[in-house]
Amino acid sequence: MALSKEEVSRIAELARLKLDDGEVEKFTTQLSYILEQFQILQEVDTTDIPPTAQATPIKNVLRKDEVKPSLSVEEVLANAPDREGDFLRINTVLG
Amino acid sequence: MEFETVIGLEVHVQLSTRSKMFCGCSADYAGASPNTHVCPVCLGLPGVLPTINEEAVRYTVMTALALNCSILEETKFDRKNYFYPDLMKGYQISQYDAPIGKKGRLEIGPAEAKKRVAITRVHLEEDVAKLLHRDGYSLVDVNRSGVPLMEIVSEPDIRSPEEARDYLVKLRSILQYLGVSTANMEEGSFRCDANISIRPVGSSELMGKVEVKNMNSFRAVYRALSYEEERQRKAFISGEKIAQETRGWLEEGITVLQRSKEYAHDYRYFPEPDLPPLALSAEYINGVRKSLPELPEARQKRFITDYGLSPYDSMVLTTDKAMADYFESCIDLDKSKPVPEYAKEVANWLLGEFSHNLASAEINIDNSPVAPDKLCRLISLIDEGKITMAVAKDVLAEMFSSGGDPYDIVQARGLLQISNSAELEEVIKEVLANNPQAVSDYQQGKPQAIKFLVGQVMKRTKGRANPNLAADLLSKKLEVK
Amino acid sequence: MEKLSISQAHQLLKNKEVSSVELTQAYLEKIESLEPSIKAFVTITPEVALKQAARADEMIARGDIKPLTGIPVAIKDLISTKGIRTTCSSKMLFNYIPPYDATVMERLYGSGVVVVGKTNMDEFAMGSSTENSAFFTTHNPYDLERVPGGSSGGSAAAVAAGEAVYALGSDTGGSIRQPASFCGVVGLKPTYGRVSRYGLVAFASSLDQIGPMTQDTLDAALVMNAIAGYDERDATSVPEPVPDYTSLIGKDIKGMRIGAPKEYFERGIESGVERLVRKAISKLEQLGAVVDWDASLPHTDCALACYYIIAPSEASANLSRYDGVKYGLSVRVGENVLEDMALTRQVGFGDEVKRRIMLGTYALSAGYYDAWYLKAQKVRTIIRREFDEAFKKYDVLVTPTSPTVAFKIGEKASDPYQMYLSDIYTLPVNIAGLPAISIPVGLEKGLPVGLQVIGKPFNEGTVLKVASACETKN
Repeated sequence: MALSKEEVSRIAELARLKLDDGEVEKFTTQLSYILEQFQILQEVDTTDIPPTAQATPIKNVLRKDEVKPSLSVEEVLANAPDREGDFLRINTVLG
Repeated sequence: MEFETVIGLEVHVQLSTRSKMFCGCSADYAGASPNTHVCPVCLGLPGVLPTINEEAVRYTVMTALALNCSILEETKFDRKNYFYPDLMKGYQISQYDAPIGKKGRLEIGPAEAKKRVAITRVHLEEDVAKLLHRDGYSLVDVNRSGVPLMEIVSEPDIRSPEEARDYLVKLRSILQYLGVSTANMEEGSFRCDANISIRPVGSSELMGKVEVKNMNSFRAVYRALSYEEERQRKAFISGEKIAQETRGWLEEGITVLQRSKEYAHDYRYFPEPDLPPLALSAEYINGVRKSLPELPEARQKRFITDYGLSPYDSMVLTTDKAMADYFESCIDLDKSKPVPEYAKEVANWLLGEFSHNLASAEINIDNSPVAPDKLCRLISLIDEGKITMAVAKDVLAEMFSSGGDPYDIVQARGLLQISNSAELEEVIKEVLANNPQAVSDYQQGKPQAIKFLVGQVMKRTKGRANPNLAADLLSKKLEVK
Repeated sequence: MEKLSISQAHQLLKNKEVSSVELTQAYLEKIESLEPSIKAFVTITPEVALKQAARADEMIARGDIKPLTGIPVAIKDLISTKGIRTTCSSKMLFNYIPPYDATVMERLYGSGVVVVGKTNMDEFAMGSSTENSAFFTTHNPYDLERVPGGSSGGSAAAVAAGEAVYALGSDTGGSIRQPASFCGVVGLKPTYGRVSRYGLVAFASSLDQIGPMTQDTLDAALVMNAIAGYDERDATSVPEPVPDYTSLIGKDIKGMRIGAPKEYFERGIESGVERLVRKAISKLEQLGAVVDWDASLPHTDCALACYYIIAPSEASANLSRYDGVKYGLSVRVGENVLEDMALTRQVGFGDEVKRRIMLGTYALSAGYYDAWYLKAQKVRTIIRREFDEAFKKYDVLVTPTSPTVAFKIGEKASDPYQMYLSDIYTLPVNIAGLPAISIPVGLEKGLPVGLQVIGKPFNEGTVLKVASACETKN
């Protein structure tokens, strides 16, 4: 189950992680090894076995449509790396 | 070569719930100052968990039923993964392979030529924050993050920009009848993206499918699709390849290629582990079905049978729920009047002068300064012969600007119809004296000249003269001469 | 001052032999003297603690004393604490101060507890040694050259060293039990859905649970009494009634059916660990339990791969919110915000976090979803069913908590896969969502060994009962 460096770079892009060449190299080796160990999964017969996505069998957990208090603007922006007035400020989305 | 246009529409609708989709913040953020409708959940703080707003689920089931969808017995939410600064969690909670509604239909066009557009799916998700672009940087307002958003996807059954517009008008109408959304395109509570391609007639093979975005009104959808249809046709004829791409509509009347995202699309959907699935029981679904209000098509039919309106008038009146409500309020206010005649009169006012006034004031009928009882009184003044039609139009305009009562306006401005011969005689004398040409035309066998003279009388009396009486008196005078 | 248990401290406070402020001061002093060598805390909160202690003393004076009132607790640094920095031991959140409390914190505050600090951990709970903390590695109080286990290593070390009376940890694949085992304390992972996850910074949402790390089983029961129960803010929390977890502590286990699955005594288990665990199980037998030494969970060997596909997949989404836009680290030297986000994540995350994000992203990506993520979810069903079957025969299952005692700092740091093997006995429990406890059962060459007791869903009481039967005070 060897991954190529190109695949690792593509995955990093999907995960919006910038990697330098050394990291790409290192993760290619490590992830390839790990996936090789995990080949054991492919040997399990899962015919007619449904997937489990949740740990409990509960269903239909709904909330009433009621308005609860929001945070104050100051609380919302208290951890903001940058702000302008009452907005979060970020680098340009375009460009 | 003859071409056929193939269009599929994806509509996003903000639901009018009180609170947001997955938290208790108020969803009514329009006009709120930035970042005032934000809590740890919709801000995507570390450690928060979503909880499902039951009303948003009900609204989506209502819509799916109104669009003749089948409702899935077990539905669930999924995470749609992508990065963008307006998406607080780095994933959107949406629905992937088990949407609430599937396989529905919407009928468009006039009764005699109905066309069926298949609905692929109706699902529920959450809106994203709003980005504002400044010179060299951007700003984020998180108020919109987490507002319930319903997505309605059509099959590519639409064949022209006209049909696309009809589909959207009809869909908006249904949503407004259901009361699940304000469905206002300009305000962003109703948004539309389109997929459009062309193909030679008879061929089932599609050319490159183009996604058109950034259309902010029904008119924009119509114009953008017309433009795109033509652009693709020309490209095909000149032998260019039509690329599969996303284009944005610009108000100057063209679509332009949107900068392709530098990161590939692969949304990596997987079941949302924070939200247990929903099992919608037959009992629940039937309950919602029973609670559905009358929908536009049913109301249109009823308007034809109950009020004797024409199919066209009924359709126009009922497409806008508020208009239809207004109409019925008027009818209910005056039950003494003969139905088909009075209904026709009210319909004419609403579809004519009343709509003009709304349009020029740029207001919705819900916010009309003229309430149904006032319009009814105006119509009564005409019916009772107290004012002329010409005066009534002026009075209505004043009712729109001042919000006043029609009777008060008529009184204050002395606009009561002149139906008294003696009073009119004076005016007629003057008119005849000042218009010798028209008088001689009439006498030389041009009876239509009398219309001009009646017009002059109306002008002199500022529209107050009873036009029939004026015509009678005029012809008598002219005969005598 | 010796290491106090909750019940001992409670007696002192109740009898007014000591005030909460005095007790708190003593613990803060102990923290000050031990921290240079142990390094269990990312943030120490003396001001907050003394204020809370003063308030607790007022409660006690009013006669309003609950089992946890006035007692110092350490909180794993991925539980959201309003006004107290919550870093998840990551550069990404080095400056993040939450504006809200986790549900468990609200419940603890309702009992008048005293928070002395936030404990170190592997970054975002990814690791088994605290070596993946972006700040520093915590040292095992039994041997400072060794790791305390992880990811809740700071919590385990703080309790073991007596820097706090008890602590909260979180467990996604063994992160409470394995460090409890390495540090010789009691660590309970409740049934999935038993304790609210609201405010627990998510690693793998379908596996995470908060639980107590304490001196003994009675303390674990007392903490569970305070934190367990349905929470409307966590849709996956289960509306089962909460029993008094102390009621079964020390009760007779005669006739109980206990399974010791043989797969848990294979594959790299250290002989000293095996000997002490078998001895503890024999003690249960002597107390009248019926032990089946030949119990079997045949798919145990698939659990590691199953876990390391599912957990990273969920984590890859859960960690997407760390992008430098709203809070935390923000690198702003890119051409645009999208580049800033990628740079922020490059600088803000450590290697193990990056590895798991990549692994999860891969397992969910187009073309690989069915072969990896979906396959792992199906294997998850098989593993769960196997536990269901076993619990038709047994009341509890007993296993070693970890195949080894605490290893040396640096020993496994360069080999991520070797590190993953450290949780091989604990992670099947998370896959199945079951309750399990690790209790110390003796020392091997001076290092603690833990026994794991696994129960049926919502049978924390039974798990505590069996664990209390073979509890030995260190």
